[in-house]
Amino acid sequence: MQPISVITGRIVALPVQDIDTDQIIPARYLKVTDKSGLAEGLFYAWRFDAAGKPNPDFVLNRPEAQGATILVAGRNFGCGSSREHAPWALQGYGFKAVISPYFADIFRNNALKNGLLTVQVDEETYQQLVRHFEEDPTAEVTIDLAAQTVTLPDGRQTRFPIDPFTKHCLLHGVDQLGFLLNEEAAIAAYEASHPARVVTTARS
Amino acid sequence: MPRTLFDKIWDAHIVRPQTAETPAVLYIDLHLIHEVTSPQAFTELRQRGLKVRRPDRTLATMDHSTPTTPRGPDGIIPVVDAQAAAQLRQLEQNCADFGIPLFALGSEYQGIVHVIGPELGLTQPGMTIVCGDSHTSTHGAFGALAFGIGTSEVAHVLATQCLLQNRPKTMEVRVDGRLGRGVTAKDIILAIIARYGVGAGTGHVFEYTGEAIRALSMEERMTICNMSIEGGARAGMIAPDDTTFQYIAGRPFAPKGKAWDEAVAYWRTLPTDEGAVYDRTITLDASELKPMITYGTNPGMGMPIDGRIPTPEELPDPAARQALDKALRYMDLRPGQPLLGHKIDVVFLGSCTNSRISDLRLAASILKGRKVADGVRMMVVPGSQQVKKQAEAEGLDKIFRDAGAEWREAGCSACLGMNDDKVPPGKYAVSTSNRNFEGRQGPGARTFLASPLTAVASAIEGVVADPRRYVG
Repeated sequence: MQPISVITGRIVALPVQDIDTDQIIPARYLKVTDKSGLAEGLFYAWRFDAAGKPNPDFVLNRPEAQGATILVAGRNFGCGSSREHAPWALQGYGFKAVISPYFADIFRNNALKNGLLTVQVDEETYQQLVRHFEEDPTAEVTIDLAAQTVTLPDGRQTRFPIDPFTKHCLLHGVDQLGFLLNEEAAIAAYEASHPARVVTTARS
Repeated sequence: MPRTLFDKIWDAHIVRPQTAETPAVLYIDLHLIHEVTSPQAFTELRQRGLKVRRPDRTLATMDHSTPTTPRGPDGIIPVVDAQAAAQLRQLEQNCADFGIPLFALGSEYQGIVHVIGPELGLTQPGMTIVCGDSHTSTHGAFGALAFGIGTSEVAHVLATQCLLQNRPKTMEVRVDGRLGRGVTAKDIILAIIARYGVGAGTGHVFEYTGEAIRALSMEERMTICNMSIEGGARAGMIAPDDTTFQYIAGRPFAPKGKAWDEAVAYWRTLPTDEGAVYDRTITLDASELKPMITYGTNPGMGMPIDGRIPTPEELPDPAARQALDKALRYMDLRPGQPLLGHKIDVVFLGSCTNSRISDLRLAASILKGRKVADGVRMMVVPGSQQVKKQAEAEGLDKIFRDAGAEWREAGCSACLGMNDDKVPPGKYAVSTSNRNFEGRQGPGARTFLASPLTAVASAIEGVVADPRRYVG
């Protein structure tokens, strides 16, 4: 994975709470065996009408939202299904980070494993970001992962939390599976010293 | 120091403890996989030249994208959707290449992943269980720590049988009192989510306690734990007891003989110790509950069946008012409106929430000798081939068919709109599944979540109906 340090980009605000992963990408787009082409399904039901034509009222379809790389969304973003296709679709569309008052646990895990930053901010900062987008959609926001700060278009700065291990992995491009594979000796020792709770899943 | 059920299972699975800089390395006892969230994980393994570390602790089935259309004369379930067929073939190939046991479409033990684990006796107290599916919380009903993971983590578990995890917080969900007539486990969990919200459990593991929970059967406990994720909690657990042990005993993968005695002795040490502390406790009085139904587009937008949809003035903040407005526009409903008597088009009895034999028995007990109303399509989808076989042995399929309902093959079916079973655009469904999100049951589909009893009462009347008049 590519290291991430600073993300500067335009924001697009989707001020809806509890956006579930079925909205981010409907299940019918999950019949794939790779990660390509998922951006087509991103927010499908909101982006397109029943005939498949772009819905001009939906924020991502507006001219001023083109090229935005940071999504600002209401609280509990990514609730529901564990589908990792949700962060894959957001990244495929061009998003590098999502800012929200808080994220659903599984979505946050999935996003960070793919280098899609989840930036948790207080309700007031969130509201300010929504207003900034509405007043000037070309305004840019900077997310500094090392400093754990978000700089708003008006220069105001706020900190965001991230667990130290995930931060380290993102900053240095550390591969988490590689990290786990290095624990082989400890895993083997655990197995040797603990009774098998599952003897086998193979039918006798 | 007194410990909770969660603490005991967590502690027993630590390969490497959590530090200030690194998460814990947590050992996983059982890894369940299915066709939708595993293909990219196997690709990752192939690219890195890795093996599946413990294929003997991994089990695969096919459930999400599978059709549930009745079998042809050759006994085969036809897969018409080419993309789904390719995904199913890929799972078969992956299981063959990596040596993972697979219950393929239509085979003896195939079914919804969260139905077959318990049914086979693989789901046991004290285990850590994961699957690339958020409803893995279901298995917590046995006193296991079970939670959904994404595909990256599926690859982690395939390759190492471990996950990197930060310790979550614990929340006791205490349900006191006794359930009234016609009120079920599904109504308990819908009431919890309606009261505390879809984000309440974020960062936490639920442990359900109290008199009402202890009185539930294993299958009812699974219904409750299943929807923990709808309350924002990745996992939900219930302490194991004699109800749990009786359910597991004699199942194909249950311990036998001396191993059984040793297992039960261990399982009896798992319940939360007297004096153990949860990070938070929330409560509900089961005796005050009525059958529940949802009116909106998340599972927290629920109310008693005879209630009225809230008006914006009754809601706490602007974001909630905006969410209600958006939901009611999608549902084509009005603030203050009752749902009793609202016309419906589809009834779906199935899903990992409510497709087990006791759900089908309960539904059939009311439907016997009655008819599904004209203009209503009722789909009955058993959770597994074993549930289907048992139901047919008891003649339940005949009761459903005689009433005019469809008796289908096992799978996730109309719960998630990714196979052929869908609710048409703009149509209303009473569904025993777990999610009423926009488009969840098909583009434009409008979902009322409810118990199997409410679903059947509504099927009979052709409108949203109170099941209590059918229950003696």
